[in-house]
Amino acid sequence: MTARLAIHRLLDGRLDAARVQAFLNGRKFPIVEGTSVTFVWVGHADNVQLRHWIYGLESSNALIRAPGTDLWHLTLEIPHNSRVEYKYEVHRGGHSGWIEDPLNPNRARDPFGANSVLQSEGYEDPTWTNPDPVTRPGALEPFAFDSHALGRRTGHLYLPARFRRSRQYPLLVVHDGSDYLKYAGMKTVLDNLIHRLEIPDLIVAFTDSPDRLQEYANDERHARYVTEELVPDLAKRFPLYDRPQARCIMGASFGAVAALSTAYRYPGFWGRLLVQSGSFAFTDIGKRNRRGPLFDRVVEFVNQYRAQPRAVSERVFVSCGVYESLIYENRSMVPLLTATGMEVRFVEARDGHNWENWRDRLREGLSWLLPGPLMFIYE
Amino acid sequence: MLLGAQRFDPSLGAAVSELGVTGRIATITAGWQEREPEDEELAAHLGNRTVNLRLHARGDALFREDPALRDAHRERQGSLRHRQDFYRIRLEHELEADRVIRSRAAPPEILAEQSQASLDGIRELDQWHLALCARIRTEFESQWDLANRPSIVRHRAELAEILAGCDAIAIAGGHVATLVNRLVLFGIADLVQHRTVFAWSAGAMAISDRVVLFHDSPPQGPGASEILDAGLGLIPNVVVFPECERRLHLDRKDRVQRLVRRFEPALCLALPARSRVTWHNGVFSSAHDVMQLRATGRATPFMARARRSLVP
Repeated sequence: MTARLAIHRLLDGRLDAARVQAFLNGRKFPIVEGTSVTFVWVGHADNVQLRHWIYGLESSNALIRAPGTDLWHLTLEIPHNSRVEYKYEVHRGGHSGWIEDPLNPNRARDPFGANSVLQSEGYEDPTWTNPDPVTRPGALEPFAFDSHALGRRTGHLYLPARFRRSRQYPLLVVHDGSDYLKYAGMKTVLDNLIHRLEIPDLIVAFTDSPDRLQEYANDERHARYVTEELVPDLAKRFPLYDRPQARCIMGASFGAVAALSTAYRYPGFWGRLLVQSGSFAFTDIGKRNRRGPLFDRVVEFVNQYRAQPRAVSERVFVSCGVYESLIYENRSMVPLLTATGMEVRFVEARDGHNWENWRDRLREGLSWLLPGPLMFIYE
Repeated sequence: MLLGAQRFDPSLGAAVSELGVTGRIATITAGWQEREPEDEELAAHLGNRTVNLRLHARGDALFREDPALRDAHRERQGSLRHRQDFYRIRLEHELEADRVIRSRAAPPEILAEQSQASLDGIRELDQWHLALCARIRTEFESQWDLANRPSIVRHRAELAEILAGCDAIAIAGGHVATLVNRLVLFGIADLVQHRTVFAWSAGAMAISDRVVLFHDSPPQGPGASEILDAGLGLIPNVVVFPECERRLHLDRKDRVQRLVRRFEPALCLALPARSRVTWHNGVFSSAHDVMQLRATGRATPFMARARRSLVP
């Protein structure tokens, strides 16, 4: 027999402030009981909605007020190993606002602010995403580059610990670099994976764009900047391997489109691609995608690629959250990419379109694309 | 003597005593790459009677002195790396086919026949790759006349002189490809002669006749063991698996069985930390904690007292 949920046990008896307080004391929220997750908000309101970004579920779900109290609750079925970002929309006195869950300290941050995070049963932050005191940190330094194609561009360069000019290194170029550093903790991830020998010592160019929706949407200038200007400049300044297998380009969302479209314009140059939750919008009929005009150039590119898919790289790692609408587009891309002869690995996660999802897939993606010396070192 | 990992709980000193080595010991820590000189702990563990052959630094010096050889060597390494990549692509497909075939429901005699065929395919691919690597190395040595090239001859002479004052050689673990590379470059196999060799982890792999890279659970998914290259061949017909406690699923009978059958008739020895076994004149003896991987899929204590001869 299934145990009754905590919220039901509370509601079974007579409700008063003392019982509500006892219910709240020492408990973690949302309450995760198997696959049942109970969201709780306490306060005076006319109406409270759970706002989340799980594609396929209603994006707004009303919390129910426990009779005679200020406690609002909603129980949903959330599968194991899920991460769900959410907020509460609180309506009061004709006004409303979206707030983070004051009972839940877990937050995920992005360029637009922060969301509360539900971690369902089984999910844990991967250990390699946290700073490790025994890991030697690499160095991160800002760079500026005057591009003929795009004008001045900035970003950060990562050099591994124990960097030596007498050695050669693979190169990884990251779109939305500053966001990957800030919201996906990518420097810590790189430090840890290198320390664990799971990826090689490598040089990473974290690039930024002041107009990513334009430049990342299959823009010839961007591809030219990265491939014909940035890489040769880095190759002059650093000892880089000059082979496609040691050149990887990556990004998430529009950044993933930028990675694929750059490789498409320079087939064979980028031997490794890592595309996360790519905004690979397409149409099977007509030219206008439901996502709106921002996607028009993406649709044009993806439609073109779908019509005539070809190998542009050697290995492509594709990841996407099953709770994001782009799962349809990404699942659709995989057989196309595979049919070209490229080695393709596709990984889905019970997560959404967010930085922690992209962070959590970095180990599997990078270690497959650029395997470290783990297989070679026997101490 | 082959030993397990020495990093956290070294047993090398006891092994040296066991074999009665009292003189100087030449150490090789080239597998540590740039950290090669950081050998204070090792020297202290061996009673500060060591001399480090500094093969890694010596290699760097050699390439500085002889840039033409450096460039050619780098090109050869790139060529080997390409071959390794293509071998791995084929190997992964062969292993996947093998896995699918073995998971099919079919009459037992057909399954046995097909499973044997897929295993034969893997073995053939391994042999082909090994032969290819050997050919590339031989051609390189011949083309660049390494045996008589002055820059190398000088280093080999220096090494021979150092070794003349040593009773034993201790070869540490580390990066096995780098280690094999330096051992071969400086012709260490020819310089060993009558000396006792203590080799652990990557060192143990390097002195066998075949270096097999392995890890059952790397981060990128189920690992495929792969042949890197030939080793020095000081101990023939043995494949060694150091750090087995962390790298091999010894409880997975199917994996162990496949590994053993793939490398038959070679003996597959797993070397956990603190394990050791002596090999002398084609005979193993004094095995401590060494595990033998068997065709039954089990790992059992290696009974070296059986004095199994490995010379074909």
